[in-house]
Amino acid sequence: MIMKKLEEKIVKALMIFASVTILMVLLYILYIIISKGLPSLTWDMVSKNPSGGFYLGKEGGILNAILGSLMLIAGSVAISMCISLPIVLYINFIRKKDSRFSNVVRFSFDILFGIPSIVYGAFGFMIMIYFGLQASLLGGIIAVSLLIIPIMTRSIDEVAGSVTQDMIEAPKILGATKFETVKVIVRQISPGITTAILLSVGRGIGDAATVLFTAGYTDSIPVSPMQPAATLPLAIFFQLSSPIEEVQNRAYAAALILTIIILLLSFSTRYFGRKMSKSKL
Amino acid sequence: MRALSKDIVMNDTLTPFIDAHKTNKTHLTVENLNVHIYGKHILKKVNLSIPEKQITCIIGPSGCGKTTLLRCFNRLHDDNSEVKVTGNIRIGNEDIYGSHVEVTHIRKKMGLLAQRPTVLPMSIYDNVAYGPRLYGIKRRRKVYEIVKHQLMAVGLWEEVKDRLKSPAVRLSIGQQQRLCLARGLAVEPEMILGDEATSSLDPLASTKVEELFVKMKDTYSIVLVTHTLRQAKRIADYVAFMYLGELVEFGRAEEVFNNPKHKLTQQYLDGSFS
Repeated sequence: MIMKKLEEKIVKALMIFASVTILMVLLYILYIIISKGLPSLTWDMVSKNPSGGFYLGKEGGILNAILGSLMLIAGSVAISMCISLPIVLYINFIRKKDSRFSNVVRFSFDILFGIPSIVYGAFGFMIMIYFGLQASLLGGIIAVSLLIIPIMTRSIDEVAGSVTQDMIEAPKILGATKFETVKVIVRQISPGITTAILLSVGRGIGDAATVLFTAGYTDSIPVSPMQPAATLPLAIFFQLSSPIEEVQNRAYAAALILTIIILLLSFSTRYFGRKMSKSKL
Repeated sequence: MRALSKDIVMNDTLTPFIDAHKTNKTHLTVENLNVHIYGKHILKKVNLSIPEKQITCIIGPSGCGKTTLLRCFNRLHDDNSEVKVTGNIRIGNEDIYGSHVEVTHIRKKMGLLAQRPTVLPMSIYDNVAYGPRLYGIKRRRKVYEIVKHQLMAVGLWEEVKDRLKSPAVRLSIGQQQRLCLARGLAVEPEMILGDEATSSLDPLASTKVEELFVKMKDTYSIVLVTHTLRQAKRIADYVAFMYLGELVEFGRAEEVFNNPKHKLTQQYLDGSFS
């Protein structure tokens, strides 16, 4: 009896230790970024493009990288959604949920989910060479799309799997066609789709490896998809590689900007998720 | 169980039950209906005539094929390639499984109320308006009239008229079931099918839905699958008793309940098995 109680206490203590450790790591990361980045974070940093000597400690900002990242992720999410949603609808509602084909597709996406982002970068680069593309916003969009399609597909698939047979049949009973039924289902799983989009954005916007070869880097804001685009992860990477301390601190400021964007997206995911589930109750 | 099943085979007296209700006009006719699911023979040579504007209750123990039979009426098995349906089902003179017949056309004729209410992910108003809009009714005034009329018909109008735009999922389960009924009625079906439609409701909500069925039989032919014998006794005009995929007995409710012709029906009504 005493042993059992002791065992319970030890396991409980381990659980608390693990949870607190994770929380501490998050807080420490935030502390480093804020303490080092905040002093260097100026209005110029978010409102100006880098001037000639920005990476040597002179004037300018990283507006190009902020906008580049936002354009890149917007394009990638749009492309990924156009691919992921039809796949999910097909394997769940047109084919049988647990058919061999559907399971093979799911398994493929599970494997793709685990592939490191640098591999997607290299694969995207190969595609670019094949089509004669240079490092550009479009190249970056393609590579990041490859990275987030598995994430988006599996997240939406989780929600789609929870749609009951009754819900699938409800519109059919009224005489709806398959397509009309699918429209109702999409409405039913829309909170899950929102979550999937925001998850993918969080993952895609912060990834450096995929854009390293594909999107290139530039000091200006791209005005066409064929132009190279700067991105926040690479802006951090390049600044952090500098031997000049001031420039290194700016890297932390850029990291802070990226973190704020990601945190904003996370909070909005939770906010929208809660709002949508409230309307479901 | 085996002995009971043998009993049916031995007693080949199914045919007389089919014509047990000659006083009423037939609305739906089932002839030699056989259903195989994953190769298993689920419905065996079912013959049945559903009378017009009456309540017909299908009773029987779990797994006897009641729901399978009901789902054949509006071709809900169509999407499952593992379900094989043979035989004839006619609504009026129209063959439900006819090669030229559109499934959506058949489903429009049969409003099905499922066991658990499933409201569509939209407002109360849009739930009822969904069907009419599907069939091309776009004028707002017209749609509003239909919604109001059907919500009144199911006694929900007074309860929801001030929150028609709020999500339907916020209604209580009983209200949701009545909303589903209103939604089904909005496409103007000829028949109402209920698959244990009150089993997930509390007694009060269940009584309300039962009362609605009784009220509606003046306009619609109603077929209800029910597990509750008391419910069948309360509202049924006709009763069909099924056992192990076969139709054992069919006739006027008072005859089946008071003077069952088949030993199995008697045993079921006595509670010897359920």
